[in-house]
Amino acid sequence: MEWKEILTRLIKNKLSLFGLIIILFFVLVAVFAPYLAPPRSPEDAYEIPRAGWQVEPQPPREGYLFGTAQGSYDIFYGMVWGTRTAFRIGVIVVGLSSLFGIIIGTLSAYYGGIIDEFFMRITDVFMSIPFLVAAMVLTTILGKGLDNVMIALVTFGWMGTARLMRSQVLEIKNEEFVQASIALGASDTRIIFKHIIANCIFPVLIQAFMRMGSMVITASALSFLGVGAPEGYADWGQMITFARDWILGGQGSALKYWYTVVIPGTAIMLFSLSWNLIGDAFRDILDPKLN
Amino acid sequence: MSKEALVEVKNLKTYFYTEEGVVKAVDGVDYEIYPGETLGIVGESGCGKSVTSLSIMRLVESPPGRIEAGEINFKGTDLTKLSEKEMRKIRGNDISMIFQEPMTSLNPVYTVGDQIIEAITLHKGVKRKEARRQAIEMLQKVGIPLPEQRVDEYPHQLSGGMRQRVMIAMALSCDPQLLIADEPTTALDVTIQAQILELMNSLKESYGMAIMMITHDLGVIAEVSDRVAVMYAGKVVEYTDVDTLFDDPKHPYTWGLMNSIPKLDKDVDRLEAIPGSVPSPLNFPEGCKFNTRCPLAKGKCYDVEPPLEDTDGGHMVRCWRYEHLEEIKKRGERIYEDRGVQK
Ligand SMILES: Nc1ncnc2c1ncn2[C@@H]1O[C@H](COP(=O)(O)OP(=O)(O)OP(=O)(O)O)[C@@H](O)[C@H]1O
Ligand code: SF4
Ligand SMILES: [Mg+2]
Repeated sequence: MEWKEILTRLIKNKLSLFGLIIILFFVLVAVFAPYLAPPRSPEDAYEIPRAGWQVEPQPPREGYLFGTAQGSYDIFYGMVWGTRTAFRIGVIVVGLSSLFGIIIGTLSAYYGGIIDEFFMRITDVFMSIPFLVAAMVLTTILGKGLDNVMIALVTFGWMGTARLMRSQVLEIKNEEFVQASIALGASDTRIIFKHIIANCIFPVLIQAFMRMGSMVITASALSFLGVGAPEGYADWGQMITFARDWILGGQGSALKYWYTVVIPGTAIMLFSLSWNLIGDAFRDILDPKLN
Repeated sequence: MSKEALVEVKNLKTYFYTEEGVVKAVDGVDYEIYPGETLGIVGESGCGKSVTSLSIMRLVESPPGRIEAGEINFKGTDLTKLSEKEMRKIRGNDISMIFQEPMTSLNPVYTVGDQIIEAITLHKGVKRKEARRQAIEMLQKVGIPLPEQRVDEYPHQLSGGMRQRVMIAMALSCDPQLLIADEPTTALDVTIQAQILELMNSLKESYGMAIMMITHDLGVIAEVSDRVAVMYAGKVVEYTDVDTLFDDPKHPYTWGLMNSIPKLDKDVDRLEAIPGSVPSPLNFPEGCKFNTRCPLAKGKCYDVEPPLEDTDGGHMVRCWRYEHLEEIKKRGERIYEDRGVQK
């Protein structure tokens, strides 16, 4: 199937169109962040400015569209620049972990034997450790910070892709067209890139879309648990962390600080929902049984 | 033969080491292919036809498979001794192969043009534009109408016969000296089958290449072969030119094969069939491997395997009692049970 056709069908499907629009919206926010929320100085654009030194969150008002969070951090600013962080985490973590997964899965399946045995044992070991715990422990060891969060998420995030890729490649490599291409004198690298990966990549892409959303949630969770971005760094997880002590607004007005929770919560939810919708639609389009 | 052989397979043994034991898929095969001729390889399913051809291409899956012994001399080079890299230069360039399933032998995600272009650029080192021109020319040569248009179509847009033509175009794009065709027409309709065989015959003439035609269909053999090797249980049991084989089959197995196909042009009212089935390659019988099914099996047949012997002027037969069969044939008798009456 051609890309053009896939895109047309993604747009025709209402749910994935919704997903695409939301993602596009976030892309625009990320791209135009410097105009939407001009930083004080370009070097520390990711540092959320503070409205003062008040501990208690303050509701939306003139100049602070979404209000301020605990410690007077500007929520609007944090959300806008946090969009960039969300994409950065998503793209880098999903990109790198998928790449490792693809390499390991492909080598395992294509060469089989001892290589397969070796990689699959490693995969099993990594899979046996609960993801969030593993990522948290590794981040703690490496030290607080987004880069370390990403390293941890990549380290423990490639196994699903590796397994998926392996089963895909095992299926494709015995196809006659692979044999035919070998019989024409094609080399291993050519076979792998041109014939095998091209035929296996879609399920992996679908999985990657799904993971884009969940990675941002996981990264937020790590921030929430205190091993993520340093305080004041523009990151949605950080914004949620600010809300931790203010989820309930105390006597008489439980929803007093709603903006601290609802705004970052909605952004994270929409972001991950959109990737899932696109992934789902993708799967429907590519599932030959449904065509 | 006076000409020098293009391919000379000598005592080839290819075994598979499986959990159930050693599968002796090819167990001492000898034959030659001369430039410009078609050698037919015929035999029942599982007798090792495909493994022989994969051995020549060095495409036997390893593990579990391995070429145990023997030589495959191609223009004086023993292919069994070549490195994978050297072998890649031969595949698709000097020796090409087409497979049984035209439905799955083309990659569904590329156009047929892309795939022929790949075959061309792999060995010829020409620019893409020139490769495309050659691809269109090849499509035309294999009888595909509107080649300029077809070149940009995907495999699923073509019929089975068309796809097999595309496969042939790919295989021939680098002008090989040997084309191995493993049941190239089995998956096709009878009329398309005939067209493809005709195409292969005419391309053989114009390219002057040799063809190794693998099939279980004696009809195909009769249509295209110059010489024939009949295989049974990993060995060649009869080996001669096509006319001699059909006029005077000397091995009881060949005799059985010939009499189990209905002959519409001859006044034969009875069909004979070979009883039983091919023994498992995991436990071949002692002596002649055909002795479990051979109506003539007797004494020595159960103890010692017969050699492939020249009976007269190059007609090779692997049987202790072929002279006995000759007498039976002269008397007009049959050796197999009737399978039924054909009318
Ligand atoms: N990869 C493999 N592993 C184990 N055994 C194998 C393998 N490939 C082939 N064999 C065995 O080798 C024997 C010969 O197989 P081969 O494919 O050459 O038969 P064939 O004559 O081509 O039959 P067909 O007409 O069905 O294609 C068979 O018994 C088969 O089971
Ligand atoms: S050697 Fe014996 S068993 Fe084998 S084919 Fe000849 S007669 Fe039959
Ligand atoms: Mg076969």
